[in-house]
Amino acid sequence: MNILVVLKMVPDVVEELEIAADGKALDAALLRMILNERDNHALEAALLLKEKHGGKVTVLGLEAPEMDDMLFTALAKGVDRAVKVTGMEPGLSTRAAAACLAAVIQQAGMWPADLVLTGVQAIDDLDGLAAPLLAQRLGAPYAGIVTRIEPNSTGTAATVVKEYPSGVHGEFEITLPAVLGIQAAEKPPRYVPVAKVRAAMKSQKIENVAAPAAEAGPVLVEVLRLEKPQPTTHAEMLEGSPEDLAGKLCEILAGRGLL
Amino acid sequence: MKGNLWVLAEQWRGQLSEITFELMALGRELAEQLGVPFEAVLFGHNAKELAGQLGVADKVLYVDHALLKEPSPETYAQALEQLVKAKQPGAVLVPLTNVMMDVAALAPARLGAAFVNWCKGALVSEGKLQASAVLYGGKIEALVRVEAEPAVLGILPGVRPAEKGRKEKAVPVEEAGVTLETPRVRLNKYVEPEAGDVDITQQEVLVSVGRGIQTQNNIELAQELAEALGGAVSGSRPVIDQGWLPQSRQVGKSGASVKPKLYLALGISGAPEHVEGMKNAALIVAINTDPHAPIFNVAHYGAAMDMFDLLPRLTEEIKKRQVSRVT
Repeated sequence: MNILVVLKMVPDVVEELEIAADGKALDAALLRMILNERDNHALEAALLLKEKHGGKVTVLGLEAPEMDDMLFTALAKGVDRAVKVTGMEPGLSTRAAAACLAAVIQQAGMWPADLVLTGVQAIDDLDGLAAPLLAQRLGAPYAGIVTRIEPNSTGTAATVVKEYPSGVHGEFEITLPAVLGIQAAEKPPRYVPVAKVRAAMKSQKIENVAAPAAEAGPVLVEVLRLEKPQPTTHAEMLEGSPEDLAGKLCEILAGRGLL
Repeated sequence: MKGNLWVLAEQWRGQLSEITFELMALGRELAEQLGVPFEAVLFGHNAKELAGQLGVADKVLYVDHALLKEPSPETYAQALEQLVKAKQPGAVLVPLTNVMMDVAALAPARLGAAFVNWCKGALVSEGKLQASAVLYGGKIEALVRVEAEPAVLGILPGVRPAEKGRKEKAVPVEEAGVTLETPRVRLNKYVEPEAGDVDITQQEVLVSVGRGIQTQNNIELAQELAEALGGAVSGSRPVIDQGWLPQSRQVGKSGASVKPKLYLALGISGAPEHVEGMKNAALIVAINTDPHAPIFNVAHYGAAMDMFDLLPRLTEEIKKRQVSRVT
């Protein structure tokens, strides 16, 4: 089984996010980037499939601060090939970026793969989702919100499980090759010791592939401004020592008949 | 915007989901402001009678096909693509739920059409649609203007009260036809959730833990508090993904929608997917180290502090008061 995993870095929202002077983007200088959490699950799902069924896993990462570390981490976890897409125009729409990625995948010998896995969405997906856009470009079928993948014995199709509301799951059969938007792997993403990542940095290489020029196209969605939400309601914030707070909370609960 | 305004109804397992009516209410408003006809699109198989619930629309476009019985991503997207090409609407509002999200994103990908993800609202300004989208886990909102027709807007739950979009009325139904390819994605079956140890939707008190709980062992602290309050422990996505709590305890988009008397959110940031499942709790108290966490925008009371400093003291204080009340 040949599996391609697409990885993207996104801003860490644990940090305070600042809006750039033009009001239309985040201030990149102040961002701390982390791997899109769902992409990390996509990587884990690929590694689990490889352990179970054999085959090869390639990771394809979009150039960004810390992406090299992510790709070496993926190599240390057991992927076979790590490729970085370099020189992609900054500020591309999700659609243009997906078109670029699809071109790289097709030109750099990564297609056809049996499966392309990536996170079902990322916290900065404003004007499109990467996985369905890639599927459309690659002419492959797509399913998202996937939590389980089981290829059939001939490798022509896979059974995938999608999440529905209220804990219901839908079991689908999908023809391969396919693109899947991963919600969660069957196990939590594995941890790899720093020493192993360092060893991978010494012994393995990341291949760089230059991004093709972005396709020109009409602006479909124009960002007018970003803003921090001005909530119409906000919690009444309680202050004081933990002891004070415990007391205040108990008063509130008692007032509601909850104690 | 010149074309008609559409809402794609969420028909799942033979019923129209609540969010359909929320979108119907929004769609009606937008269509009036734009001065265009408002149409609901309904896909299904032998499901035409559901159109009667969509009386807020001027017309229902109904497509009947065996392959459209349930919302399968590719088939639904293909049907919507064909219908959009044939009828040229200006915009389509699609529910951004686990049922419809694949369709919401795949249809515009196939059409090469504009798409706006995570819309929590939409309005009309100078004859054009604008949408506010929730980004970065709820920490930033983007106001965007739709510059092309047709456009697809993925709308989050809660955009309008469902009652405003619910109207039983005989509405003109136009049956439209589509030609669907042999599907490459096929639904085998739905699998019902395994009965959990506790039904969190029936609890009056939920102590809910998020990423801030840090380790599985720490869940015990939440458990002790829940026991003192006569409630149960639930969790947000990261805790379930780690396997620290079973999926039956998940609150949010893929889990349960809960309405307890008290929802105590510990170390939960308040991403939209989570808030969707707990915003209707009678009393929400949030504890989070990040004073800017979006959970404080939905909570009634909050404290920006480390839950590990508070939890043991709170549990102790509750027990003390209960003892003093008994004696």
